[in-house]
Amino acid sequence: MAITREEVRHIALLARLPLNADEEIAFAQQLDHILAAFTNLDRLDTTGVEPTAHIAPLATPFRDDVVSTTPDPDAWLANGPARDGRFFKVPKIIE
Amino acid sequence: MTTPATGGGGGAPGSALVDLTIDAAAAALRARRVSSTELTTAALARIEATEPTLHSFITVTPELALAQAREADARLAAGAPRGPLDGIPLAIKDIINTRGVRTTAGSRILEQFVSPYDATVTQRLRAAGAVCVGKANCDEFAMGSSNESSAYGGARNPWDPTRVPGGSSGGSASAVAARQCLGALGTDTGGSIRQPAAHCGIVGLKPTYGRVSRYGVIAYASSLDQVGPMARTVRDCAHLLGGIAGHDRFDSTSVPRPVPDYAAALDGGVRGLRIGLPKEYFVEGMSPEVADAVRGAVRQLEALGAVVEDVSLPHTEYAVAAYYLIATAEASSNLARYDGTRYGLRVDRGQGLLDMYQQTRGAGFGAEVKRRIMLGTYALSAGYYDAFYLKGQQVRTLIRRDFEQVFSTCQAIVTPTAPTTAFRLGEKITDPLEMYLSDIFTISVNLAGLPGLSLPCGFDRQGLPIGLQIIGRPFDEETVLRAAHAYEQSTDWHQRRPDL
Repeated sequence: MAITREEVRHIALLARLPLNADEEIAFAQQLDHILAAFTNLDRLDTTGVEPTAHIAPLATPFRDDVVSTTPDPDAWLANGPARDGRFFKVPKIIE
Repeated sequence: MTTPATGGGGGAPGSALVDLTIDAAAAALRARRVSSTELTTAALARIEATEPTLHSFITVTPELALAQAREADARLAAGAPRGPLDGIPLAIKDIINTRGVRTTAGSRILEQFVSPYDATVTQRLRAAGAVCVGKANCDEFAMGSSNESSAYGGARNPWDPTRVPGGSSGGSASAVAARQCLGALGTDTGGSIRQPAAHCGIVGLKPTYGRVSRYGVIAYASSLDQVGPMARTVRDCAHLLGGIAGHDRFDSTSVPRPVPDYAAALDGGVRGLRIGLPKEYFVEGMSPEVADAVRGAVRQLEALGAVVEDVSLPHTEYAVAAYYLIATAEASSNLARYDGTRYGLRVDRGQGLLDMYQQTRGAGFGAEVKRRIMLGTYALSAGYYDAFYLKGQQVRTLIRRDFEQVFSTCQAIVTPTAPTTAFRLGEKITDPLEMYLSDIFTISVNLAGLPGLSLPCGFDRQGLPIGLQIIGRPFDEETVLRAAHAYEQSTDWHQRRPDL
């Protein structure tokens, strides 16, 4: 396995991370090194083994659809990096 | 390196009070021999004296602590304490939301974030009357095994400040070991409570997945994360677990089971208890001193009447790979919420939405977080999902079955907590894979969702603590605590303390 810089660039775009040239090279090497170590999993035959997504023995819990009071919106908006009244302000979505 | 438990604490003010266990402090508070304000003042003085060396905290909260202490004193004066945690100074890992207090998760991206709500565990500690002295340092988003990935600079090990305290709950462990508080909460995704507990010579318990609510705990890998107690004795951990455990309708993975009286379950010893010793946990590369100390602890448990048998967990060697594929995949999804829109850092050069996302995340996340997001995004991406993420989940099933097999005859499993004692700052930071291997003995427990506890079982020649891990059946924290308590009461490791 050899992870290319192009693959790293593609993954970074999917992850919304901007990488400079040095980071692209470093991540390509590190991911390659880490994933190469993880290829030991290939030695295991997992045909027909059910995947475990999580361990708690639970079904999806349901609750009644009841209107409840919203906590103070100002408290939740207070951490917003930019706001306009009761709205979060963001850059234009459609160019 | 060590001084007796009754020693002077290196002359730090209030050391006699901060040496109290939670259990002893609760008794002293009820007997009115001490007030919560005195205890809290002593803890804050200890923080002030040792924090320049240790950096266990990202935020210290003296005003909140003293206000909570005064309220506790009023309840105690009225003869109405709320339980064993009322008036007790505790630290809370900075990845757990606390209403009105800055909560950073060790990340620049949340540097200014003041939580508008309490995590369920925080709310339960408040309701129990506990005093919050501060938010403990941690690896960024709990991603690390040394504290070196904290954006605010990592905590140090109280036994030797040139060494790491472990991670990611290293600040919590350091604070407890250094008597900056009487107990703490940590979180454990792949060993983040147990490994720092081992490195700092304290007791740390990762409960069964679903035992403690994750609501309000900043998510790293949701199917693995669990909050748990860290303290200087097993009994103190039992008190803390009793304070935070139980069903929570705000967490859909929280399990609706009654909470036992953990402190009452400590006695009874280990006579006849069947304990498994997995051969796969004594691996090449581990410190011989750690192996010796753990084998010594096993002989001690046998002397106390436990029946120890050799067992096998054959898929152990695959745990690290399965863990990092699953955990990073979940992390890449969980950390998508840090986009500069609703909270946290925003970097906006006015060049559109995608640019805002990228610049914000580029500036807000540190190298280890980016690495794990990249790894997780890769493992989930088209063409690699089956080879990596699905494979990891299938191996998780095999690891879970290994434990089920052993637990069909054994009631507990004993292993080392970490392959070595605390390593030096900088020693592993340049090799991510090497760092990932420091959690080799703790990771399987998270994959299988089991309870696991680390407690001190010796010291190496350099005076650094060694941890013993006890793993239990699902929701059987009582047996784990009982075995740990029996061992602890027959040794004096837990009474040693760092000379700061």
